[in-house]
Amino acid sequence: MGQVLTYRDALRSTLIEEMDRDPAVILIGEDIGVYQGTFRVTADLMQRYGPKRVIDTPISERGFIGAAIGMAMLGLRPVVEVMTWNFSLLAADQILNNAAKVRYFSGGQVDVPLVIRGPNGAGVQLSAQHSQSLEALYAHFPGLWVVAPATPADARGLLRTAIRGRDPVIFLENAALYGTKGEVPDGEFALPFGQADIARSGKDVTIVAYSRMVNLALAAAEQLAREGIDPEVINLRTLRPLDRETLARSVRRTHRAVVVQEQWKPFGAAAEIAAVIYEGAFDSLDAPVERETGADAPMPYARNLELLALPHERDIVDAVKRTLYRT
Amino acid sequence: MLVNPQFADIIGRMATVKRGHRQAEREAGREADLAPYLPWYRLMVTARRFEEEAERAFRRGKIGGYLHVYTGQEAVAAGFLAAIRPDDIFFTAYRDHAHAIIRGTPPDAVMAELFGKVTGVAKGKGGSMHLFDVARGLYGGYGIVGSHIPLATGAAYALRYQSTDRVCLCFLGDGAMHSGSFHEPVNLAALWGREGLCPIVYIIENNQYAMGTSVERSTVVTNLASHFDAYGIDNEQVDGQDFFAVKSAADRIVAQVRKTGRPRGIEAITYRFAAHGAADLFQVYRSREEVEAQRRKDPILLMERRLRRAGALDDERVEVIRREVEAAVAAALRFAEESPEPPPEALQTDIYGQG
Amino acid sequence: MPKMGDAMTEGKVLRWMKRPGDRVEVGEALAEIETDMVNVELPAEETGTLAEILVAEGGVVPVGSPIAMIRRPGEEAGRHVPSGPPAPPSAAVPERRAEAAGGTAAPGRGPSEEQIKASPVARRLARERGIDLAGIHGTGPEGRITKEDVEAFIAGRAGAPSVPPRSGAPTPSTEEVPLTRMRQTIARRMTESKQQAPHFYVTVEILMDAALGLREQLNKDLGEKVVSVNDLVLKAAAMALRTFLNLNASFAGETVRRHPEIHMGFALALPEGLIVPVIRRCDQKGIAEIAREAEDLGERARQGKLRPEELQGGTFTVSNLGMFDVESFAAIINPPQAAILAVGSAQSRAIADGGAVRAAHVMKATLSADHRVTDGAEAARYLGEVKRLLQNPTLLA
Repeated sequence: MGQVLTYRDALRSTLIEEMDRDPAVILIGEDIGVYQGTFRVTADLMQRYGPKRVIDTPISERGFIGAAIGMAMLGLRPVVEVMTWNFSLLAADQILNNAAKVRYFSGGQVDVPLVIRGPNGAGVQLSAQHSQSLEALYAHFPGLWVVAPATPADARGLLRTAIRGRDPVIFLENAALYGTKGEVPDGEFALPFGQADIARSGKDVTIVAYSRMVNLALAAAEQLAREGIDPEVINLRTLRPLDRETLARSVRRTHRAVVVQEQWKPFGAAAEIAAVIYEGAFDSLDAPVERETGADAPMPYARNLELLALPHERDIVDAVKRTLYRT
Repeated sequence: MLVNPQFADIIGRMATVKRGHRQAEREAGREADLAPYLPWYRLMVTARRFEEEAERAFRRGKIGGYLHVYTGQEAVAAGFLAAIRPDDIFFTAYRDHAHAIIRGTPPDAVMAELFGKVTGVAKGKGGSMHLFDVARGLYGGYGIVGSHIPLATGAAYALRYQSTDRVCLCFLGDGAMHSGSFHEPVNLAALWGREGLCPIVYIIENNQYAMGTSVERSTVVTNLASHFDAYGIDNEQVDGQDFFAVKSAADRIVAQVRKTGRPRGIEAITYRFAAHGAADLFQVYRSREEVEAQRRKDPILLMERRLRRAGALDDERVEVIRREVEAAVAAALRFAEESPEPPPEALQTDIYGQG
Repeated sequence: MPKMGDAMTEGKVLRWMKRPGDRVEVGEALAEIETDMVNVELPAEETGTLAEILVAEGGVVPVGSPIAMIRRPGEEAGRHVPSGPPAPPSAAVPERRAEAAGGTAAPGRGPSEEQIKASPVARRLARERGIDLAGIHGTGPEGRITKEDVEAFIAGRAGAPSVPPRSGAPTPSTEEVPLTRMRQTIARRMTESKQQAPHFYVTVEILMDAALGLREQLNKDLGEKVVSVNDLVLKAAAMALRTFLNLNASFAGETVRRHPEIHMGFALALPEGLIVPVIRRCDQKGIAEIAREAEDLGERARQGKLRPEELQGGTFTVSNLGMFDVESFAAIINPPQAAILAVGSAQSRAIADGGAVRAAHVMKATLSADHRVTDGAEAARYLGEVKRLLQNPTLLA
């Protein structure tokens, strides 16, 4: 049983369900209340739950994200909205030095049931400071979970698991995905972390992607299918934890892998995913793992340059063909 | 008497808080029964002795990393911890051994944590800078200057959100006051406090130096309490070396905060007799004379004198307490020495609560 | 030796400022110590007499090591300055090993095998089939040998570069029929079998009249025509293997792997090719049971409804071309098995029996065997046992 929802509505309806269910769930962020939320994920929620539960904050990420961590340590379940993940860097000390570690250095005396959510990645001509994709940074740190839903169903399932957990979750959405539609199961549908989805079954090559890049990978797969190549597309859903099993099993079958990722190739998420593939399926590989990523440069403003800086369908198609020695 | 300019300024500041000192005396009464304060005296002595032994253990290589001792500042922690309830909570930075001990955490477990043993308060995984005792309301123990202030502010919000009248104390140093980590949450506290949703007391332990940088070299407005004016938070100063002055102010402030849910700020003017930390060997930023002069205002000695005057202490009792504390700290050392290290599996535990 | 900084592991005693026998007061400077960052004076922690210097000037010792003994007033000699054992092992004197000039011995450049470029899966395939990569032409970048290259080699196509798989327009009258997957697999496996197992062949003639009689009797008793000659052959071949376990085996390089159970495959011709369904524990099953199972497997094979496990695990195979009136033939061993039994039709022929000529049904059975596992004598003895069982079919029940 399910309904077709937008990614945004999937998030919003899940927030409502969780807030109705548990009074400890509260929302914090800039312009999430009176302004209805920059991407309207929290539209009407202040009206519904009041300013004590939907807290509009002044522009002070270090202060309010740190405060949210403190609230979580004392038993609340805050869901913080960062207007974009670029701004989270202002609170890097709080997230990386406190949220990720306080359970550990207290010897297990506190839980940090905190969700930080917001749009990650490039928009359209937002320039270098507003276009960053920060998963590689956050996924590097033990103590954090890092998830990146690609579909409305992912959004609901992963958000529910995140809110009900005991650990800080970096919840990476994408502005381009908010309006996309998909079938979303009803009820208390939840997705466990570390379980990737085979978005398209195939046998000739494994294309690995997450978040917005999944749609790109699927489009590339259609193009390849028309040329007689049958790709398998994996939607990772979560980066930490990473579903190593599904990756290995797929590549052991297909013998080839292309990993797709926005942003910069050096030290990016694709490097880790490729390494995991080598670890799990080395003897099955017929070609090196290809990484299709954004250009290694700050994001330019000019549209033509920006387009050059992002991965495209044809890049993925070409990468697949390289793994098949068909270039 | 050799006086350097910094030193003169400190004396000046001390003078402005004599008002609080006298008020405390009036409240306490010369002949009043001060016996109820004996446990706090004992705890301060324990904290002092503990810090001395911790330093010696560090020099012997038993304690690793950093060691920041609270020697000379005991009255600030004691005065405030004496004013809160068992169900209240508090946060502090890395100079946290005395806070834990004065709150009641067994010195054994604190020393074991410093020694990196599994019997330590954080199972040996935190160390000197990360003392936690959540059952007693101690929520850390943090290594990055000022980093705990937002946490404490949010924690205070949670207490009110959960419809309790519990209060949160946030101890911080003069060095933390210039960080965004101070200004951002203090602003939030004032905003939330307007709705009665932030029952927090920010206690500035002004020991005059942020490691090697004096207050004068860190801010133009050296009246640190007044920094709270910018946020509309009521504030005051107190002589941090006078336990009774601190306690008196703390009682009043904590009661207010508990009643209104609005934040308060207080600057406790104190002094650090020891170096900043283990590596601060030469303390080039202050003179020996300055330190010597300050030692004459030793908070433990001051409290002892008051207690003696009130008949709560005499030579014999002082000696008994001294010996018992000595034995307790020696036992803590032995406990720490003999405790095992954490097992190898502990490396990978307590990273996540789930999964 | 005191720890004067969090990273300090050892220190040097530069200069003693007191001599043994001197009185010392708490806080008085005892010695000058050199650490990695600064020189400091070490104050005495006790009041008493400096009894003994343990580390001379210039001596370097780890943090935590005793460097002197102070005797408290009224104490006897021999009291140590309590210092305890040095800190955990990591505080040991850091070894300042000179960096080895050049590298440590670089991994020896091995034989040319190392220098052949091949993808991991290609290497694995080649290794599994015992193929030398040097003999394969690589079509990948910089001559990398790909999986396809190895597969092409195995399928027996000339690996020579001059024969690209897909090139040249076919001449007008030639038809290029693409191999089905099944055919490709058969091609690969049969090639492999012939290349790797040294086959030899032994033939016997079996008088089948008694067996044919048993078959008729069984079918009458069962009320249906379910038992075939092949079922009898399967049972006989299986039972005989009990005595010749070496033929129910596989060559495994250094060993012959004898299988504990006897699972008989029987070759089945389908329009698209040959498959070999397996009857498990055939030697323990009754003839009727074998017959029914074979019929069921055959039926489902024709419908394409066999399960993978029904095609796997065979330890011996029987191939029967009797239905085509074939007199005899030699089959190719089904790898990794050690032998295969090929039977022709039971033909009515004249034989010499006790000096007189008479008619009998004679069936030729040829065993193809792997000479790495067995030899002629054993093969012959096995066939002798099969013959004995079929010629005395009551033993088959």
